[in-house]
Amino acid sequence: MKYTVAISAIIFTLGFVMLPLVWSDSGFEFGEFEEYDHRSTGVAAVTNPVYREECGSCHMAYPPGLLASSSWTRLMSGLEQHFGDNAELDAETHQSISKYLLANSADRSDYRRSHKFNRYINANDAPLRITETPYFRHEHDEIPKRVVSDNAQVKGFSHCNACHTKAEQGSFNEHDIRIPGFGRWDD
Amino acid sequence: MQTPLLIAIAFFIILMNSALAANDTVAALMNSYMAQGANIGRAETGKQLWQKTFTGQGEFSQRSCTSCHTQDLTAVGKHIKTNKGIKAMAPSSNPERLTDRKKIEKWFKRNCKWTLGRECTVQEKADLLAYINNQS
Repeated sequence: MKYTVAISAIIFTLGFVMLPLVWSDSGFEFGEFEEYDHRSTGVAAVTNPVYREECGSCHMAYPPGLLASSSWTRLMSGLEQHFGDNAELDAETHQSISKYLLANSADRSDYRRSHKFNRYINANDAPLRITETPYFRHEHDEIPKRVVSDNAQVKGFSHCNACHTKAEQGSFNEHDIRIPGFGRWDD
Repeated sequence: MQTPLLIAIAFFIILMNSALAANDTVAALMNSYMAQGANIGRAETGKQLWQKTFTGQGEFSQRSCTSCHTQDLTAVGKHIKTNKGIKAMAPSSNPERLTDRKKIEKWFKRNCKWTLGRECTVQEKADLLAYINNQS
């Protein structure tokens, strides 16, 4: 009887410890186990008020951990032609935002998903769009056009927070996905 | 005791100050435009510029201030490309508007370049400022 209680307790505890692994993002691999204690499955949330104000006025303030530093450097050097819009900054603001982006870029972040964004980028590439990175493409390759690009409530893949309800907090967990007009998304 | 009266006066002053904050910024900016050679801004001219359509290159060939801010300055707007909401332009609907000179100049620069394809002249800025400030 004593043993039964003890064994039940051990099984219960083990189950509890394993929960985060079961609940974590799909595709848990052993190779990533050591990375697990770094941080959660997401990327770092946007914290910088200057970045939020200057960049987040026109679009979602993309977490810096979604692009590598080479990409951010390239992007910040062409703000006069920023995807068809003018997003010029004065020198002081430009410097302050660049510093924040580079310090928290995918290659310098210790968040798991930032590692993934960084890992698959070709050494000579510095993509300007998060949607052009290999990891992004891989993660979205099964999503039909009709639920994103052809969905008037979403408009395109660049509107992360249209479906990833916690995108600005840095969470891209599958459980937080709600596609407008379609609902939950499960692989 | 006159304390209640004093408190009431203090409140009144604070209220008036916040109401006047926008006007102070606008007046100072208008003065600086005039010092640079502009005539005092005319709301009617500003309105015409606000509603005028310009031809742009690239994705949106027809551009106007109203592309994002709409015809109604007291209403919220929407970024034509990203869909992100833009707070109302009229200080009467959004007391934060026209209270920060640096911010006003920043947006004039960016948005004139996108909409008109060039920076606005001092006179155009004076007229737009008068128009936006006039909305109620």
